[in-house]
Amino acid sequence: MAGTLFEKVWNAHAVRLLPNGQTQLYVGLHLVHEVTSPQAFDMLGARGWPVRAPHRTFATMDHIVPTAAQARPFQDVMAEAMAGALERNCRTHGIPMFDLSGGAQGIVHVIGPELGLTQPGMTIACGDSHTSTHGAFGALAFGIGTSQVRDVLASQCVAMSPLQVRQIRIDGALPPGVFAKDVILAVIRRLGINGGHGFAYEYAGSTIAGMSMDERMTICNMSIEGGALMGYCNPDDTTVAYLRGRRFVPGGDDFDVAAAGWRALASDADATYADVVEFDAATMAPTVTWGTHPGQSIAVDERLPRPADMPDAERAGVEDALTFMHLTAGRPIAGQKVDVAFIGSCTNGRLSDLREAARVARGQKVAAHVRALVVPGSQQVRWAAEAEGLDQIFEDAGFEWRRAGCSMCLAMNPDRLSGDELCASSSNRNFKGRQGSPTGRTLLMSPAMVAAAALAGEVVDIRRVLHPGVSS
Amino acid sequence: MNVSTSAITRIEGRAVVLRGSDIDTDRIMPARFLRAITFSGIEAHLFADDRAAAQAAGALHPLDGPGAAGATILLTQANFGCGSSREHAPQALLRWGFRAVVAESFSPIFAGNALTIGLVCVTASPHTIAEAMRIAEASPDNAFCVDLEHLHLGCGSTRSPVSLPESQRHAWLTGQWDATSLLLADYDDVERVEARLPYLRTTSRNA
Ligand code: SF4
Repeated sequence: MAGTLFEKVWNAHAVRLLPNGQTQLYVGLHLVHEVTSPQAFDMLGARGWPVRAPHRTFATMDHIVPTAAQARPFQDVMAEAMAGALERNCRTHGIPMFDLSGGAQGIVHVIGPELGLTQPGMTIACGDSHTSTHGAFGALAFGIGTSQVRDVLASQCVAMSPLQVRQIRIDGALPPGVFAKDVILAVIRRLGINGGHGFAYEYAGSTIAGMSMDERMTICNMSIEGGALMGYCNPDDTTVAYLRGRRFVPGGDDFDVAAAGWRALASDADATYADVVEFDAATMAPTVTWGTHPGQSIAVDERLPRPADMPDAERAGVEDALTFMHLTAGRPIAGQKVDVAFIGSCTNGRLSDLREAARVARGQKVAAHVRALVVPGSQQVRWAAEAEGLDQIFEDAGFEWRRAGCSMCLAMNPDRLSGDELCASSSNRNFKGRQGSPTGRTLLMSPAMVAAAALAGEVVDIRRVLHPGVSS
Repeated sequence: MNVSTSAITRIEGRAVVLRGSDIDTDRIMPARFLRAITFSGIEAHLFADDRAAAQAAGALHPLDGPGAAGATILLTQANFGCGSSREHAPQALLRWGFRAVVAESFSPIFAGNALTIGLVCVTASPHTIAEAMRIAEASPDNAFCVDLEHLHLGCGSTRSPVSLPESQRHAWLTGQWDATSLLLADYDDVERVEARLPYLRTTSRNA
């Protein structure tokens, strides 16, 4: 029977219908980090339960690690306590851990794919909403809360209800200067930040088919910003080529057998969807958020919305966001002065992101008033970037070159905004206070746009940087 | 605090009115307060930045308003709890004393977390919410009732419909909202699933 990838993978992992009406779903890969796991291990301990499948859980630390210097013990005693708790829990329960000294540490959603832990056809859970990233490989990957982390540790299962599948078809060639980040911001802008409630998003169409795995991860990563618990792409040649030779992927003949199985998981041509939404890549533009949630965005050459022109239901929210952001209705966003530039995070902290940013930064200088940070998503990304000299390009331009971690994506480590600083950021959330100062302000954009903003000291249209002289 | 799994049929008490949509979990519990290894005491930081901002502006955040202490019901608008999956957010609401949140809609991860820890989430129409907010603000002493059996939000003699997924309602009414013990029952079924998943045979040996 024709089916979507969602249905095939869900059915393969469904254990049974529970008396409470939910489905018991087997979790093939469980990832843990230091923020959402200590309480879960404690709950397990309080009930005297062992970890059911320690070899299917993998740990790393990313949120709290400082990115300037990483010597232990960390200066922040709370960060040290959290790191210590994770190490202790992993040791006690025999859970493999990628720590700072091992060469494989990084943001949990960067290292899973990089190590080949993430594979098509898996169910993947992690106490982190951006677990949707792993869906790029054709996995059902979703964020869970701490009590569910406990459930997975205890039973290797979660209780949940199936989702409907919305196909998001994106066709055509992206114009120069328009990146995966702009595509997902355009999707969220059109469908809304709660448009995805109850749905898994299947990204399809020629634009997606032509994308690298890094780009697909950027798109799936921000599915949650559109309200969709999961987003996924169907496995294809690009997926298979990415996974070949990775540490946790089978080798030799086993690889070919696995790859054939992965391809067969793709949604069938005549699968049915709850609905289909189409986008034309050719109409997309470099996009910047101006507000306090990721749905509040405009093309970089548009003007800020006027509350008076908004539907009643949105007016108050728009006014509040503009006030918080100190932005004036009706003005252009281009030319807006920025104080900080942050390139990194699980959305845009992979090697290809750093390459795009370095292409812009090469031979240039960061504006005198801007503090600019480049934070690789993992130790492997960092070393690969250094091997091709990206660190030098960034440092010559006046960016700080950091060690791997979540850094300024959120305020759990020393990297944060102060006062009402305005940050051009390649991360995924522009919520009030997200970057560490209650009055700090965030503009989300692609890594190339962040680099360009760092150099100019203000928001600029990347198309003019890449193709000077072209008017927009 | 230990919430035991028992049936929940109704939640009664005063309500706090929190106006606004898209209230994300970074606002409910700013990230810097996640630097801890237990949930203990986390309720002290509930809406910390919003409360400080209100105070600085010479205003009172609803959580610091008259009648807020001891309230059990939170009234709010659309897409409550969006953003980060941090369970710290519903944990703080529960530990602060809330037993139910009534909103126009919820983010799915927030609602899932709330279900696991015993915080009831029900939705109601914008009209119902607006009316309930008006009543609660008119007099903070007005008592409300979220009735899961009859699916209504009551105040005085008025009754307005509320809803929630049937599976959740069933879970509350039967006390089966803490799923862990259900997941551990009849484990043979889990082993059957494990036996048929191809990647469990080929990946584990590299670990
Ligand atoms: S980079 Fe940001 S969004 Fe990604 S896991 Fe870290 S804190 Fe979360």
